[in-house]
Amino acid sequence: MALEKITQVTGRGVYVPGDDIDTDRIIPARFMKCVTFDGLGEFAFADARAAAAAEGTVHPLDDPRFVGASVLLSGSNFGCGSSREHAPQALYRFGIRAVLAESFAEIFFGNSTTLGMPCVVMRPEDLRALAGIIASDPAALLTIDLLESKVSIADMDFPAILPDHAKEALVTGRWDAIADLLEGVDAVRDRAAQLPYMAA
Amino acid sequence: MSKTLLDKVWEAHTVRTLPNGSTQLLIGTHLIHEVTSPQAFGMLRDLGLKVLFPSRTFATVDHIVPTDERDEPFSDSLADAMIKALRENCAQSGIKFFDLPSGQQGIVHIVGPEQGITQPGTTIACGDSHTSTHGAFGAIAFGIGTSQVRDVLATQTMAIRKPKVRRINVDGSLAPGVYSKDVILHIIRKLGVNGGLGFAYEYGGSTFDAFTQEERMTVCNMSIEGGARVGYVNPDETTFAYLKGRPYAPKGAQWEAAVARWKATASDPGAAYDEVISYKASEIAPTVTWGINPGQAIFIDEKVPRLSELPDKDRATAEEALVHMQLKAGEPIKGTKVDVAFLGSCTNGRLSDLTEVAKHIRGHKVRRGVKAIVVPGSQGVAALAERMGLAAIFQEAGFEWRGAGCSMCLGMNPDKLVGDQLCASSSNRNFKGRQGSPTGRTVLMSPLMVAAAAVTGEISDAREIFHVA
Ligand code: SF4
Repeated sequence: MALEKITQVTGRGVYVPGDDIDTDRIIPARFMKCVTFDGLGEFAFADARAAAAAEGTVHPLDDPRFVGASVLLSGSNFGCGSSREHAPQALYRFGIRAVLAESFAEIFFGNSTTLGMPCVVMRPEDLRALAGIIASDPAALLTIDLLESKVSIADMDFPAILPDHAKEALVTGRWDAIADLLEGVDAVRDRAAQLPYMAA
Repeated sequence: MSKTLLDKVWEAHTVRTLPNGSTQLLIGTHLIHEVTSPQAFGMLRDLGLKVLFPSRTFATVDHIVPTDERDEPFSDSLADAMIKALRENCAQSGIKFFDLPSGQQGIVHIVGPEQGITQPGTTIACGDSHTSTHGAFGAIAFGIGTSQVRDVLATQTMAIRKPKVRRINVDGSLAPGVYSKDVILHIIRKLGVNGGLGFAYEYGGSTFDAFTQEERMTVCNMSIEGGARVGYVNPDETTFAYLKGRPYAPKGAQWEAAVARWKATASDPGAAYDEVISYKASEIAPTVTWGINPGQAIFIDEKVPRLSELPDKDRATAEEALVHMQLKAGEPIKGTKVDVAFLGSCTNGRLSDLTEVAKHIRGHKVRRGVKAIVVPGSQGVAALAERMGLAAIFQEAGFEWRGAGCSMCLGMNPDKLVGDQLCASSSNRNFKGRQGSPTGRTVLMSPLMVAAAAVTGEISDAREIFHVA
C-alpha cells in the first residue's frame, strides 16, 4: 500500500481555544452510534457549536471567516479522554488536515497520525501569536513543514515539533502501519507459538 | 539485569522493530465491543483480510445496551444496528461473543477479569481507553483506536513505542471510609491529567499489597485519566486467588505452571524505574471532583479552589469548569444539591463495590427528588448480587436496580442526564457532556460517597452519613 508522503500541510487556520479539550467535546458520544465513520464530519464539536449558537455567539468552526480552514489550533492536552478514533475521524472529515497544539493526549496523537493528520507541538506563546495573526487575517495561509519542523505564515516562521517516529511515519508515507505489520505475520505466528497462553 | 514487569512482557511479545522504530508488539488478548469494532471489520473487508487469531479475540456489548428495556430489537435503531453488526462480525470470524442472552454480557473491562481471560504477563488491547483496568492483573493493557483494532484483528499485533515506567508507591492503610477510588483521584490530582503522558504507571507499596483485586482494578482503570495509557500492579497471591477456577483460567497441572510463570513476570526487586513517586495512604481523604476533568478534585471537606490559588496554567480550565459546574470558588463542595446518583461503570460496578455500599445503606432511603440507579457491571455481577440479596437492599432503599452495561457513564444509551442535572457518579470521567446532556454536571467520587449523596440529596461526607469509623 503506497501512501502519500506527507511532508507539508498548507491551509488556512482556525483557533479553538482551551486546554484539555477532550474527545467527548470533539465528538459527543451520542454521535458514535454508527457502524461507519462516514458523515461524522458535521458533528465535530457539535455540542460546543450548538451551545455557542444558543448563546447568540458563534463557534470558531461555524464562523464564516474560518470556513474551509484545514489547520486547527488549540491548547494543551488536546484530545484527552477516550480512545475513540471517531474524534480524529470527525475532524478529518470536517476538513482538518493538521492540528497544532501545546501538547496532545497519546491515543489521540496515534489515531491522528494513522489517518495522516499530523499533530504538531508548538510553544504556547507561538500558538497565541499564530491565533492573533489568523484572527486579523483569516485568509492567511499557514504552511506546516514537517521536515523543517516549522510553521510559516506571512513571512514569519515558528518552531513546530513532531516527535521523530511520527515525522518519520508521515514523511516516508508509512503513517498507516498495516502494511508493515502484515509483512511480519510469519514472525507473529512464531512469537505466538512461544507463549503458552497463546498456544493453548 | 533487574527488569520491570513492563520490560519482561514487552520482550516476550516483541515480534520485531518496524522501519519507523516502533515495536511490532504481539497482542495476546484482544477484547472488542460494539462501538469501536464495526468500522475495523469494515476496513478488514475493504482490504480483503481475515481475523488472524479469532480464538484470542473476545467480544461483548456494553456501551449502547439499555439497562431497563433489554429486549431486542432495541427502540433505538442505531443501537440495534450496532449490536447486530457485532453479532454478525463475531459469527463470521469465529469470535467468542458474550452476547446479551448469554448471562455473561457486561462491560468489557469487567467481563475479561470475571471470565479469567485477563491474565498476568499478557498483552491486552481493546478499542477503549479504560483497557488500562486489566493492568491490575500484571498485564500490559492498552486502549487503542479503531485503525489499531483493525491492525490487531488482521495481524494480532500493533505498532507501538515502549513507554517509560513511573513507579507510584502508596504505603500504609487507608482510613475508614476512604477507598481505592480516592487513591486514584488523589494521584491524578497530584500528577495532573497529562502527568502520565509517555509513561506506564506501576502501582505498588503496602496499600496496593493489601488491596483486593477489584480495588486494584479501580485504580488501574483511571490511569488513562492521569494521561498514562497503561497502569499495572505486579501479580501476587491475591491475583492468583482471584483467577483460580474462573472459566478461562488454566486448569489442573497447567494452573501450577501458569502461576510459576506469572510470578516470574513481576518486576524484580532492584528494577530501575524512570521515576518513582510515593504517597502515604494516611494523607488521602474521600475525594470528589469539582470541575470538568478528573484532576480537578478536592477532599470532601475542602473548598472549591479560587483561581488565585491555582497555578497559572490551570486557571483558564478552572474558570470554564466553575461556570459549567455552577460552583463558586472558595465555597465548600459539601452541601451542593444532587439530582442523580449513579452507582456503576467499569471503575466501580463490581460486586465488592455493591457489597460495600449495601452494607451501609440499610435503613436509609434515597432522598425524594433524587434519581438513584445501581447498574451492575456485568450480568455475572448482577446475578451474584441478586442471589446475595444486595439488589433487594438497594431497591428497599429506593435505588433502581438495572441490567448490566455502561449506562450513565456516557451518553450512548437511554440513561442520560437531562439539562443541567448534577450527578454524583462512581464513574471515571466528568467531561462536559459526558453523561449525555451538554450542560449536565458530573461529580466523581467513590461508591459509598454516591450513596451518601443519594440519601441526603447533596454532596456529603459518607463517613458522617453512615457513621463510618
Ligand atoms: S463504563 Fe464508562 S468508561 Fe467504562 S467502558 Fe463503559 S463507557 Fe467506557
